[in-house]
Amino acid sequence: MFSTFIFYAFSTVLIAAALGVITARNPVHSALLLVLAFFTASGLWIQLQAEFLAIALVLVYVGAVMVLFLFVVMMLDINLAQLREGFWRYLPLGGLVGALLVLEMGTLLWLRFAGTEMPPPLPAGYSNTKELGRLIYTEYVYPFEIAAVILLVAIVAAISLTLRHRKNSKSQNPARQVEVKRADRVRIVSMPSEKREE
Amino acid sequence: MSAIFQPVLNFGTFLWGLLGAFLVGLLGPDLAPYALYAVKTLLLIVCIVAPLMICMAYLTLLERKVIGWMQVRQGPNRVGYGWLQPIADGIKLLMKEVIIPAGANKFLFVLAPVMAMMPALAAWAVIPFGPEMVLANIDAGLLYVMAITSMGVYGVIIAGWASNSKYAFLGALRSAAQIVSYEIAMGFALVGVLMAAQSLNLVEIVQGQSGTYGALNWFFIPLFPFFLIYLIAGVAETNRAPFDVAEGESEIVAGFHVEYSGMTFAVFFLAEYISMILVATLCSIMFLGGWLSPFPASWPLVGFGGFHWLFAKVFFVLILFIWFRATFPRYRYDQIMRLGWKVFIPITIVWILVLGAWMQTPLWVWWK
Repeated sequence: MFSTFIFYAFSTVLIAAALGVITARNPVHSALLLVLAFFTASGLWIQLQAEFLAIALVLVYVGAVMVLFLFVVMMLDINLAQLREGFWRYLPLGGLVGALLVLEMGTLLWLRFAGTEMPPPLPAGYSNTKELGRLIYTEYVYPFEIAAVILLVAIVAAISLTLRHRKNSKSQNPARQVEVKRADRVRIVSMPSEKREE
Repeated sequence: MSAIFQPVLNFGTFLWGLLGAFLVGLLGPDLAPYALYAVKTLLLIVCIVAPLMICMAYLTLLERKVIGWMQVRQGPNRVGYGWLQPIADGIKLLMKEVIIPAGANKFLFVLAPVMAMMPALAAWAVIPFGPEMVLANIDAGLLYVMAITSMGVYGVIIAGWASNSKYAFLGALRSAAQIVSYEIAMGFALVGVLMAAQSLNLVEIVQGQSGTYGALNWFFIPLFPFFLIYLIAGVAETNRAPFDVAEGESEIVAGFHVEYSGMTFAVFFLAEYISMILVATLCSIMFLGGWLSPFPASWPLVGFGGFHWLFAKVFFVLILFIWFRATFPRYRYDQIMRLGWKVFIPITIVWILVLGAWMQTPLWVWWK
């Protein structure tokens, strides 16, 4: 009964936050509401005893991805009028995509999970993290490694596509800076002392 | 010793039974266990947070004193010979007016210190102070700590943006890039810890470092590069000198909290020092054997583990933090980025490979 209450509380917050993401006028508020939505979703996953996925969601999306998102959104020159200009023009297309998503999700849930009972409670020593690790590194090791390589390639590609070497940009070579000896920079000149003229 | 505490314990048990009976009478037998559990958890939280606040207050005094001595000064010595200085500071900050800038986003401006404070406190839930002294002994403790501490950056970013000030915003941008960069090296260092301990559970990580040789069984020996990187990345994550470009008084006034005053500023200040204690505690737990004694277990008197050892280790790491601040000049921003991405991350990746190979050989003697 208590867990049902928690489930509905989290779901309400999640849905409200998700609605806020698309209705908030300020993009920064949208991004922060998305953070709230991720965090609440991870709370729901914890309730399903999927603690590894829940914590990974917070770690990856809340802790890293959304920080960079905010980083970009905050630096935008936000023109609210311009942002809302094309609302009616994009509404049919957006509505179509949205309806399609709802349809797909609905069919999937209805066909796959309609009438399924709750799974029996897990034994006391069960560790979701351990089970997940075992599956990923034994049964699904090739798909997992291939996915990792694809991601790595994507990162390298993104960097090499956006990296431009400007001719006039100044840079330092730390290795050469460290190599510098005192004799390269300082020259001690010995001079005879002179008498001050009155 | 235990004879003295026995009446106290008995009285505690009696009070607890009384509370249980009262709650059953108030809420009925169905809800009472939940309420009792909530009360128990709240009491334990108070038991962790209250000493933490006192430690934090006296850490500020310790820092000022130690830096004073290092610079041949006295440090605070007026209010109660210096001992009441943190309390005087607290009262001063409480009495000051909280000024909200005209162009600021009021809600986010007030939310930012809360967002800085929340992760600094929430991470303590899984910290083991002794073999049984832990609020929540969860399996994925290490991951939880990483996830929660990675949220600390929101306080800084939201503060920088909501203040509607250029200096604050510059500080926030610097801080965001820096924290995200050093989190990667920190995460890799923790991968090393979980490889060596074969567990994500913080209690098991400490127990994995117990053995007959005392300090020689701790993970800082096989994981020495990770120990150093974790320590340095910890300094960077908490925005402490020499990585304090987010504040950088000489460049951007006070960085992200330049518009904050009074209690809102004090909360940022609290969060920074509590994060400092947190990083020092995690460092002690993962690399310096937590509550374990540095001497072999067979030695009399000093061979036993206990909370006092954890306290001593945390104190040692905190002194290092203060020492760094008193000694090093501030890093230039591009050097910070270079250190994080081009030095730390390659070192951690190489050492993970070395560790993986090492653990397959008989030379690995840290197995439990």
